Amino acid sequence: MSDTSVVVVEGLFFSRGDMDIFRGVDLQVPRGKITAIMGPSGSGKTTLLKLIGGQLHPEAGRVRFDGEDVHRQSRRALFALRQRMGMLFQSGALFSDLSVFENVAFPLRVHTDLPETMIRDLVLMKLEAVGLRGARHLMPAELSGGMARRVALARAIALDPELILYDEPFVGQDPISMGVLVQLIKRLNEALGLTSIIVSHDIKETLTIADYVYVISDGQVMAQGTPQSLDVDADPRVRQFVHGEADGPVPFHYPAVDYLADMLDVEVRR
Amino acid sequence: MKRSKMMELGVGLFMLAGILGLVFLGLRVSGLTFTSPGESFRLEANFANIGSLKPRARVTMAGVTVGRVAAIELDTEWYDARVILELDARLENQLSRDTTAAILTAGLLGEQYVGLSVGGDPETLASGDIIHDTQSAVVLEELIQQFVSNMVSN
Amino acid sequence: MIEAIMRLGRRGCHLLEALGRAGIFLAQSAVGVPSREGWHLWLKQMHFVGVLSLAIVLVSGLFIGMVLALQGYTILVDFGAEQALGQMVALSLVRELAPVVAALLFAGRAGSALTAEIGLMKATEQLSSMEMIGVDPLRRVVAPRLWAGFVALPLLTVGFSVVGIYGGYLVGVDWLGVFEGSYWSNMQASVEFLADIGNGMVKSLVFALVVTWIAVFQGYDLVPTSEGISRATTRTVVYSSLAVLGLDFVLTAMMFGGI
Repeated sequence: MSDTSVVVVEGLFFSRGDMDIFRGVDLQVPRGKITAIMGPSGSGKTTLLKLIGGQLHPEAGRVRFDGEDVHRQSRRALFALRQRMGMLFQSGALFSDLSVFENVAFPLRVHTDLPETMIRDLVLMKLEAVGLRGARHLMPAELSGGMARRVALARAIALDPELILYDEPFVGQDPISMGVLVQLIKRLNEALGLTSIIVSHDIKETLTIADYVYVISDGQVMAQGTPQSLDVDADPRVRQFVHGEADGPVPFHYPAVDYLADMLDVEVRR
Repeated sequence: MKRSKMMELGVGLFMLAGILGLVFLGLRVSGLTFTSPGESFRLEANFANIGSLKPRARVTMAGVTVGRVAAIELDTEWYDARVILELDARLENQLSRDTTAAILTAGLLGEQYVGLSVGGDPETLASGDIIHDTQSAVVLEELIQQFVSNMVSN
Repeated sequence: MIEAIMRLGRRGCHLLEALGRAGIFLAQSAVGVPSREGWHLWLKQMHFVGVLSLAIVLVSGLFIGMVLALQGYTILVDFGAEQALGQMVALSLVRELAPVVAALLFAGRAGSALTAEIGLMKATEQLSSMEMIGVDPLRRVVAPRLWAGFVALPLLTVGFSVVGIYGGYLVGVDWLGVFEGSYWSNMQASVEFLADIGNGMVKSLVFALVVTWIAVFQGYDLVPTSEGISRATTRTVVYSSLAVLGLDFVLTAMMFGGI
């Protein structure tokens, strides 16, 4: 079990204020595969990544990365553990005071004692992999959203991690850069033997590259399986999500009192 | 790299200016002089009343500052104030034995200081000696009281 | 009634919790490793909070010294004590005005910028991504700023005093005709290096720690939205100003109140 799974999440509970975000989530992320975690907006997918990365602490449950409990580590050990993970943030999160080259070189400079020429070669290799070797002198403010995300990807793989966490990699991309990113994620996974976790609600793109899919809703794993099996899943909630129907078991409306009563209830609002 | 060198230079100049400023404050504003303890000697003087004389007050001679009050304490033998003066080492064995010390006030309301005036005795004061001829501080209230009682008796 | 007391209690708990967080935050970030890399980061922040604040601090110092001399002269001349002008200008600057006004200017110029910068780094997930790269943002981002502020403000305070005393000289001696010798000698006779300048520097060090601490903590702890950043920036200036003025009273009472 755990020797083929890089990340194992067991019985995870997490809440923010009075809102329960997770109520007992169990996941296994197999080594060398692309695992997608999907769900409607607001279902806490980004929170899940932060829990896996040890940036947030769960109320109950465990997250194990390569057999080690992420939340039972000392601060120092946790930072050491994180060197084996890469994370691609939604916004790219490039350091705005460093150039593209220095951004990619950053993890190498802080965690290794490599000579400058070696760092240069490694950085150019990583930038070549995302097709942005020519943009190395630009500052992050000069990049488009898609380019920033690719630079961030180059930075995430700079230390050759075992696991990459993608937080909504396809959001707000035009079709071309979306296609580029999809190809890139798939190619990197194959070429470097990485394990990937993609958190997304872009069903079509995610299903084309994922090996295994978890659908999260209402703080629990609603469905899981290969993309093919989910496509024909009989559960109406899964069908609504996978096929993108506007209304269904997951309601279009945020919970509210009866519409007509609300409209007539002028007195209360005054 | 050029920019970072400029930055280093800027910060360096900034810190240098700060340190020089502190030196300026020390020398020019507070009049700090680098006198080591070996360059001064001590005399004692007993006063019946020191008024509001404070430690570190000036000690002058003919208006020239020649030292500071090092300490003030109560002499439990005579119940008067023993003032320890720290004077410029150049005056050691120069002041005559009948030198007088008086507590004076700078201006009408100014701070009090010790004024020394030399006498004619050929013998001189050495470190640790005591000045016997002293004149206490003028206390304004006593002065007024004296004045009023003189008026009444007239 | 009970509801009001409960609200008060809740606010008290939140306040204590925030103070505790701020304390842990300070302890964790103050131990920034003095590596070669860290030194370079510190240098960059010194440039930002120190060198770039120099202009506003020095100009303010000049004007405050000039105003002090002008106001002081009109009062002192009534007592025929205008030769004590130097003493008055120097003592008010060194003991009180330089540490306080420089700290207030520093909070407005550098403190708010620190809050906004760290806040924006948080909002754009730069701090998160740094954590995920395995670099502690407290050491990498916060510590250099904390130490730079701690060193820069006392230096700025010294500059403020020096320029202010020269401002007083310009107005008092060159314009109002106070005798130059008595301007300096009265100053030298009354200003003690340790008791006055030293205590002023101690004040300045305390203010530097408090203002920089508030600024970086507000930036690190804010709600990462544009509204959150603007609120935190305002809070930095308000809290630092109140803390500086309040602490100034406490420190003054401790240093000069005993005599």
